[in-house]
Parts: sequence; structure tokens; C-alpha cells
Amino acid sequence: MKTVDLIIVGGGPAGLAAAISAYKCGIRDMIIFERDVRLGGILNQCIHNGFGLHRFGEELTGPEYANRFVEEVVRLGIDYRLNTIVDSISPDKTVRVMSSENGIEEYKAKAIILAMGCRERPRGALNIAGTRPAGIYTAGTAQKFVNLMGYMPGRNVVILGSGDIGLIMARRMTLEGASVKAVCELMSYSGGLTRNIVQCLDDFGIPLKLSTTVVEVHGKDRLTGVTVAPVDPKTLQPFMDKAEYIECDTLLLSCGLIPENELTREAGIEIDPITSGAVVNEKRETSVPGIFSCGNVLHVHDLVDFVSEEAELAGASAAEHILGEGNNSKRLDIKRGFGVRYTVPQSISNDSDSDVYFRVSDIMTGKKIVVRHNDNVILEKKTQRLVPGEMVKIKLKKDILSTLDNSITVGIEEVK
Amino acid sequence: MKKYDVAVIGAGVVGGMIARELSRYKLNTVIIEKEADVAMGATRANSAIVHAGFDAKEGSLKAKLNVQGSEMMAEVAHELGVKYLNNGAFVVAFTEEENEAVKDLLVRGQKNGVKGLEIIDGDELRRREPAISKDAISALWAPTSAIICPYELAISAIGNAMDNGVELLTDTPVTSLEKKGDAWIINGEIEAGTVINAAGVYSGEIAALAGDKSIEITPRRGEYLLCDRESGDFVNATIFRTPSSMGKGILISPTVDHNLILGPTAENIDDKDDRRTTREGLAKVAKEATYETVNLPIRKVITSFTGLRAVGNTGDFIINEPISGFINAAGIESPGLSSAPAIAKYIVEIIKKTRTLEKNENFNPIRPASHAFREMSMEEKNEVIKRDPRYGQIVCRCEKITEGEIVAAINQNPKAKTVDAVKRRTRATMGRCQGGFCMPIIASIISRELEIDIEEVTKSGKGSEIVVSKTK
Repeated sequence: MKTVDLIIVGGGPAGLAAAISAYKCGIRDMIIFERDVRLGGILNQCIHNGFGLHRFGEELTGPEYANRFVEEVVRLGIDYRLNTIVDSISPDKTVRVMSSENGIEEYKAKAIILAMGCRERPRGALNIAGTRPAGIYTAGTAQKFVNLMGYMPGRNVVILGSGDIGLIMARRMTLEGASVKAVCELMSYSGGLTRNIVQCLDDFGIPLKLSTTVVEVHGKDRLTGVTVAPVDPKTLQPFMDKAEYIECDTLLLSCGLIPENELTREAGIEIDPITSGAVVNEKRETSVPGIFSCGNVLHVHDLVDFVSEEAELAGASAAEHILGEGNNSKRLDIKRGFGVRYTVPQSISNDSDSDVYFRVSDIMTGKKIVVRHNDNVILEKKTQRLVPGEMVKIKLKKDILSTLDNSITVGIEEVK
Repeated sequence: MKKYDVAVIGAGVVGGMIARELSRYKLNTVIIEKEADVAMGATRANSAIVHAGFDAKEGSLKAKLNVQGSEMMAEVAHELGVKYLNNGAFVVAFTEEENEAVKDLLVRGQKNGVKGLEIIDGDELRRREPAISKDAISALWAPTSAIICPYELAISAIGNAMDNGVELLTDTPVTSLEKKGDAWIINGEIEAGTVINAAGVYSGEIAALAGDKSIEITPRRGEYLLCDRESGDFVNATIFRTPSSMGKGILISPTVDHNLILGPTAENIDDKDDRRTTREGLAKVAKEATYETVNLPIRKVITSFTGLRAVGNTGDFIINEPISGFINAAGIESPGLSSAPAIAKYIVEIIKKTRTLEKNENFNPIRPASHAFREMSMEEKNEVIKRDPRYGQIVCRCEKITEGEIVAAINQNPKAKTVDAVKRRTRATMGRCQGGFCMPIIASIISRELEIDIEEVTKSGKGSEIVVSKTK
């Protein structure tokens, strides 16, 4: 068995940023394992622009954004293996990898950073009734066909779900000459970024049907149409008497992303049932000491810029662990109050400044974010509009945290 | 004109097991299938249970062949490299009426020759199966009940038959059957001394082509839900609801691949190709399974599907030779999968009545398991990867299927020519993401191996092309 200081699982935006950050903190003995033929992860098929506004102050395409990190990894001489899949991780940090070139190998690491990303929710999980013809793909699969392989999955398209990839693909399919009939969204709001709704739907006259879902798919060999129906916004049950048939040969699904945590579970790491990612502290360290998690495998992010930021934190934390610089401060659990769907991290130290990210469970207008310790307000911030599609960040200061114990609660409250 | 001794119409589990049985003899056999792949009818979508045999009416062909088939299945599965698990079954009673029915089932099962049957009370049931609802009163325990993958059995049986000399014609619907002297002419171009009708829901039409108008098959729709492999240990045994005046009820069972299967509904329909799932049907499955259990992992559903059972008009399997040289294996509804190995033997006995069969000394009953690579040790896998590096390249991430396994599925008998055919042979695309990542890659591999353009690659046969054109 080979030994190595740090193993990074995944060479997408999270893995790359984590590796660079660990390098800058003094780690040299590390390997990135990437299962694809190139570094960069899913960004390679995201050829639209809009990446990097926060981080670089300019609009880059996905491959351009990835390339900035890839070049840095190459320049620093960080070791990476392509076409290599991590097969298993054990709690003692033994990592088993497999590739055509080297077969199956085992490594023992001092620290591991999980950066496997996420996958799209498939049709089956949505349980749509009807036939099982060709022509039903996730938006990401369609994106791969169009952008990487140069093939059109269809010509007349209905999109179910208004996640960002679905919105982007509505525009992309239109630009390639397809007709996008509608984007249907089960919820009363879109899960995507506002700018994507404007730039990808409104600008092309594609209707967004909120509180609407696909109730049946038709066609024996190839999709011939879908039945869509409005739903009760509260119960989400469709009104079948108001159902309508839309002729189409393609149904693209953009109904949410699920962090890809099979390896995490196998390693015995505690998983948050809401995020479907690991439970972490402010260092992005999981319940198994020395194993860190960042990017979309930890929780689904809205912008890649924040993935990079989180990964840098995980990289620095892993370096600290390897170099034995950790401290033993008091822990504060973060509880979810009204209107907060999840927080990351789920606990913080009371001995350092911490950023806490969260998502709201519904659209909230004119409310305030309140952080409480017992009944005492320790932070309060008025907001104009909070939407589930966008992450919210609050900054907690060490000087306040150091006086607290047990837990704090993040919630949304009325402005009085 | 191509000449054969025997033509088997239908490449399902029944036709496949018959063809394999025939390949034990010096016979020139062909399987004729209308679809692009084998196992495309009832074989592809059913409960995947090897029934113990207590259900069928005593004295019926169903009862006899079920018990025989069930006893043969472990060995057949072993020879063919098919996953098989003898997990036993409970028939659970929730009402007083069902409690009485369970006792009748015990008596019937014993008369049918099913071994090891016993009745246990609700508490004992919950001790063995903690997921069962406290409303359960009693249960019949059938230790010989088992689970198997039905399409894997059919694919392996046909592959083994082909390895032993049988030919397979896919994309070949049978449209005419004419008797000419001692032989049958199929579609005007294939000659066969004996024709065996194993055409599932279409076996009535095939019999009619030959001149036997007595068979009517009603497709009975059964809808299923399949849960993620995380849920495979929700129950240990197969859980049946006791048949009652309310119907047969839905079953809950682990599968050999560690998924959890729930279903089926039972609805007679007219259209023999209507494999839709319905909102009502899926809701019914979820509702009944929820009633029977505690904390059913219904949120772990990864797919749903519909199977059509070929229900005959006699109440029993229809296995006979109504016209010289034309043999029916029709109306093979449940327990057809369980009975398939016995049906095959039974058919060969019918043939032996009128002609002498000579043993094929070269017959090899063994077909290597398609899932062999997954079960190898690290050292064995490394040996394979050294010989063929494609076994080191994972294509399907969820199920961890390698390029080597996919290429093997495309090149071994019966050759996979579609994305769904690759799926049924390897499990690629069957995991949590249902092909989101790997389906385009599998399409590329099929295109490369079969030397066709990606535009010609289909999901399940002509008309189901994966992409429609190149981009601009």
C-alpha cells in the first residue's frame, strides 16, 4: 500500500481549488483522482458564460473558469491521475482506486478531501406515469450530447423543472434550432437563478409555467408528447381536469441535484438528510476526523464561485490537519429556525470567525435573518427578498461566538 | 430457404429455456423474435419470484410445473451464471377472511407437494420480518420460495443455447405459418419441421396463424415500483398479501440485485403493447405496500414499470400439440418464470412422442456469469485489467460497470445492440442516476463496436433512436 499526505477525490472545480489551497498551505505530497478524461468536471460541458463574476469580476465560460484552476494545478506541479475512479474509502483513510493503466491500487492518506460533485435527479425518482420511450433525458445528459458530442437529442422540447441547467438548456436547444414549448415547474417559484430566467427564457419567449407538472408521457418507441397539469401549490396534487397535451419529441428533466455521497456513506461519515451531504464543521471537516468535504458533494451550490471558496477552506483545513495544527475549541451546533431549510456548516467553533451558508424553504419578502443563542439575538439582518434558488451567507464574529455555548439558531422572522 | 428442425417463436424466458433444452439434442434450432432484443415481453417486467407452488390449483399443469420448475431452478441458475437467492416467502393475512385463506393455502400447497410449509402467528412474523405492520394476524411460511432476475435468466438461457448452436433472429415478427408436407413455412422464407409457440401475449395470434383458433390471451397489466439498493434489506423474505375477495394484493420483495420491488397491480386490458404506468396504479402500489408495513422507504423509488402477463382462456397453462408439428406453450402467466425449466422439459417430452432425438454430445450447460468481474477479488480483477485494460475503466458510476463488461455484452451471445439491451446484461444505467452520466458513453461504445453512427443507436429498437441529428 502506498502512503500519501492528502488525497483529493474529484478534479472538478472543488477538487482543483482544494488542491491549490492545500499546496499554498505547505502540502506537497498529494494526488487528485479524476474519473473523467480531463480535469475540470462538469464545467467542461457548461459552455455558456456567467461563471466567475464574484471571484474574478468577469464573466467566463465554464471551461474558461475551470482552466484558470487547471493551469494553476499544472504550474504548481500538483500530481493528478485521470481516468481513475475512487472505488472505496474506509474510515481509516485507506483509498482504493481503479484505472485501466494501473489496475486497482490502495493508498493510505493522512487526510482526504471529498469533491465528487452531484448528479441530477432522474425520471424514476419523479415517478411520472406513462410509457418509457426514447427522448427523456436529464438536462445535463442533453447538455453533454449537444455541447461535447455534437448531437441533438430532439427538436420539440418540453422541460420539466426550472433548475439552472434546465434554463440554460432551454436557451441552448433554441439556439441549436429546436423549439422549446414550455418549462414546467412544480413549485410556485423557480429553483434557478433570476438572471437565468431572464436571459434563457424571457429573452427567447419561452413560457415558464409555475405550479405545473408533467403527469404523463406518451409514445411507444420515441416520445410523442406529454400531458401537463397545474397543481395545487400547497398539496402539489395535479388538477387533472385542467390537464393539457403538449406534442414534443423530447422531455428534459431539471428537477434538482443530489450530492453524490456513496463513498462518503461507505466511509461511515454522518450525512445530513436535508442536504444529502456530509455533516461538517466550520473547517468543512466531516464526522470522521481528517476527511473533509466541499463543493456540490457537500451541498448543492448556486454559483461555482462559492464552490471554489468553500474548497479553498477545506484545502487549508486539510493542510492544518496534516501539519497537526488543529485546536480543541468549544463546539456550537447550528439549529435551523423558521424558514431555513439547511445550514452549512452544521456546527462551528466558538474560537474563530465563521461564515454560515443557508437556503430558505420558500420565497421570503421583507423579512429579517435572526441568529439567536437561547432567546438572545446575537445577529440580525434585514433582507429584501430571499429565494430558495440562491444561497444566503451570514458572517459570525469570534468575539460574539466566544461567549456562547451549546447551540445557536438561524431563522427568518417578521420585521416588526 | 433456410431449413431448421425446430423454430421457437418468442425469445422470452419460456422460449429461451425451451431453446436451451433443445440444444441438448442434435437439432438445428432457431429462435424467432419480433423485437430488437430477447426478453422484451413479460420476461422483462414481472415480480422476479420463483414461487414455491402453493398458489396454483391442485392437479393443474401450473401446480405440477411450478413445483418441478422451482426445484430445478437453483441448479439451472448456477449453470447459467444467474443470480438466484432462496430467501423464502411469507403469505401474510391482515383480516379474518385472509386468516382463513392462509389455512386453505397451506392445505393446497401440501397437496401440490410443496415442502416445508408452516403457519406462524403475527408476533413470530414480526420477529422474523420487523418491517411488517402490527395489523398482520398470521402468515404462511414457504421456505422454498426464491428470487431471481428473470431477464438475466432468459438472456443467459438464450446465450447458452446459442453457444450450443441455436440461431437467433431478432427484429423478425412472424406474419405467416403454412404447413407444407411435413414442414412449416414461416414468413414464406424459413422452413421448420416443428414450430413451438412461446409468443407470450401474442401466442393466440401465432396459434391462429397455424390454424389453432382456440387460444385467447388477455394482457393483464401489472405496475411496479423499484426502490434504491439502500432499501434491499427492508424485508428478508418475499412478502405476499393473502389472496382474498379483495384480490391478490401486492408483494414486497428484495431483488437479487438488492433493490426492493413493490407490485404488481392487476388490470385486464386490450392493447397487447400498452406498457404504460398510470398515476392510479402507482399510487395503489404505494398505498397497499404502505398499509402492509412500517416505514416503507417509498421516497427511495428510482423507477417504475409495467409488465403484461399473458393470461390464457383456460385458467391453466396451454401446452399441447393441436396440429402435428405445432406445439403451444401459451397462456404462460404467473407462475411462468418459476415453471420455465419444467415447461422446457415437458415440451421436449411432447416432441419425443413423435420423433427420436439424438443427444448432442458437445452440449455445454455452463455459461459464465455476466456479473463475474464484480465479484472477483482485487488480485483477480487486476489480472483481468492487465489482459484487457477496458476492465479498468468505469462507465456506469452508480453500478460500477466497466467498459470491458459493456463490450462483452455487445459481443457475447445474445449480442446487445441497443442501450436497453446493454442495461439488461450489465446493469449499466440501472442505478440512482438512471443513466444520466453514462448513457451517452454507452451509446458511443455501441456505435464503435457495431460500426454504426451514434444517430443509428437506439434505446430499444428501431424508432427509439437516442439522438435525432448532428448539431448545426
